[in-house]
Amino acid sequence: MRLTCPRCGSRDLREFTYRGAALARPDSQEWSPAWDDYLHLRDNPAGLSTEYWYHGLGCAAFLIVQRDTRTHEVHSVTLAAEGRT
Amino acid sequence: MAETFTLTAQNALPQGDVMTLGETGIRVAPMARLTTLMPGRGDQDIFARALRRHHGLGLPQAGQSTTADGVECLWFGQGQYLLIGAEANVNLLKSAALTDQSDAWSTVLIEGPLARDVLARLTPLDLRAATFAEGATARTEIRHMMASITRVSDSGFRLMVFRSMAQTLLHELKETLEMVAARP
Repeated sequence: MRLTCPRCGSRDLREFTYRGAALARPDSQEWSPAWDDYLHLRDNPAGLSTEYWYHGLGCAAFLIVQRDTRTHEVHSVTLAAEGRT
Repeated sequence: MAETFTLTAQNALPQGDVMTLGETGIRVAPMARLTTLMPGRGDQDIFARALRRHHGLGLPQAGQSTTADGVECLWFGQGQYLLIGAEANVNLLKSAALTDQSDAWSTVLIEGPLARDVLARLTPLDLRAATFAEGATARTEIRHMMASITRVSDSGFRLMVFRSMAQTLLHELKETLEMVAARP
C-alpha cells in the first residue's frame, strides 16, 4: 500500500502510522450518548473508511485518508490541518 | 550563586572521509550551523518576506531547497524549515520559532556512481534524477531512522539523522557500500 501525502508525494506505507477513524467530534461540552459513541463505538465498514494517518517518518503531518476496505483503493488523502471535508 | 556554563556544540561523528569503494565515498560533513524555523500559523507570508530580506533566501516549496551565498534553506517537514550554514537573523523571531539544532543532527555525504544503489537498499524513496533532481529534499526513513535526504549533486546525497543515530547510519552505509561494491 502506498499513500500520496499532499506534501511529500507518493510514499511507502512504512512511513505512516494508522491513527484511528476520523470521526466528527460532538458539539456538546456535556457528557452525552454522542460522546460515548465518539469515544468507544466504531464501525467496521466493508467499503469506504475515513481514517487518520500520521506521516511520522516523513513530513510529520496528520492526514485524513479515505479508502475502500474491500478494494484497498485510496480515494483521497488530505491534510488534517486543513480540516475535514 | 549559580555557576555559568557554556555548552559548546559538538559533532556526533568525527569529521572527514570514512570510506571509499567503487569510486563512491562516504564522508562526515563538518558540523554546520543548523536552525529549525517554524513559522506561526498564518505567518507564512511575513516569514517568507523576512527570510528573503535577512538571508536573501526564497521560501522553499515542499520537497525543495533554496541557496544563497553558501546559506541554505531546506523544507524540513510540515510547517518546518531548516537553515544551514548561518546564524538565523533575530528578526525571524517575529514570525517564527527558532531552535538551534547544530549538533542535534548528524550530516553524512555519500557521493559516487554507487550512491544511489546503496541508498536504494536503505530507503524506500525514489531517488532517480527524474523525480529527485539536484536541490530536491525529502523527509523519509533510512533503515527505520527518521532522516532527511537532499540531492547535492548529480551523484551525491546529503543524509541527516538525529545525532543519537549517527553511528548506526554510518554503520549501515559502510556495510551496504561494501555489499553493493562487491557485486559484479
